[in-house]
Amino acid sequence: MKNEMTVTFSSVSENESFARVTVAAFVSKLDPTMDELTEIKTVVSEAVTNCIIHAYNNEPYHEVTITCAIMDGEVELTIKDNGTGIEDIDEARQPLYTSKPELERSGMGFTIIENFMDTVEVISNPGQGTTVHMTKQLTNAKTVCSS
Amino acid sequence: MALHSTFAVKENVLVVRLAGELDHHEAEQLRMEWKKVMYEHDVKHVVLNLEAMDFMDSSGLGVVLGRYKEVLQLGGEMVVCSISPPIRRLFEMSGLFKIVRLEENEQFALETLGVAS
Repeated sequence: MKNEMTVTFSSVSENESFARVTVAAFVSKLDPTMDELTEIKTVVSEAVTNCIIHAYNNEPYHEVTITCAIMDGEVELTIKDNGTGIEDIDEARQPLYTSKPELERSGMGFTIIENFMDTVEVISNPGQGTTVHMTKQLTNAKTVCSS
Repeated sequence: MALHSTFAVKENVLVVRLAGELDHHEAEQLRMEWKKVMYEHDVKHVVLNLEAMDFMDSSGLGVVLGRYKEVLQLGGEMVVCSISPPIRRLFEMSGLFKIVRLEENEQFALETLGVAS
């Protein structure tokens, strides 16, 4: 059975910890390892930070929506904003690339997301917001399925 | 959980101990405090103790990278110690260990920088 939750919150940086803790609590039903849980929390943190800094340019009155679904040991995560959008998605996904070097960003956000998730799809157009869709198969569940 | 940071100066080394969670929300405050301490004290090197760090993301890497550049300007070195496996992976992924030295604990790190115990 597919179990799904959606949460929408204001684009303020103090919600970054709320977002990752919320997703971690929901996903914990699948009995992930500590490493997997940390990876998922990091991914949520990276994607939500992107929404706040890049999509909304630190303006606090916008919305970020996270949808998380769990089914057969797989986590499906969608993080969506209605912000500025990404002009060149391939460029944005390059390691160490940052559009805001003045903010002392590491440029590692998308690289970390790609390393920690199995699939990452970025849908974005300038002025039309960005949706990041990701999936991750958890190891515990895999063992159960194959035995 | 929020971030707690403490700073200690030992000879020409600034010891930075971080506890809790370091994300974009906490990064700005840490950056300001860390820069201020480095400016106010005559330090050359930095030892970054991450023993009590529960969570870090790329915003944290950005702060570390920024301070590394300042340490480099001072002709010093940055040493990180007591790092947990998940944060170690982030450092590896971003190539930070090519520029920041890793030591097992704060004591060793200080000794390698010539600070007597």
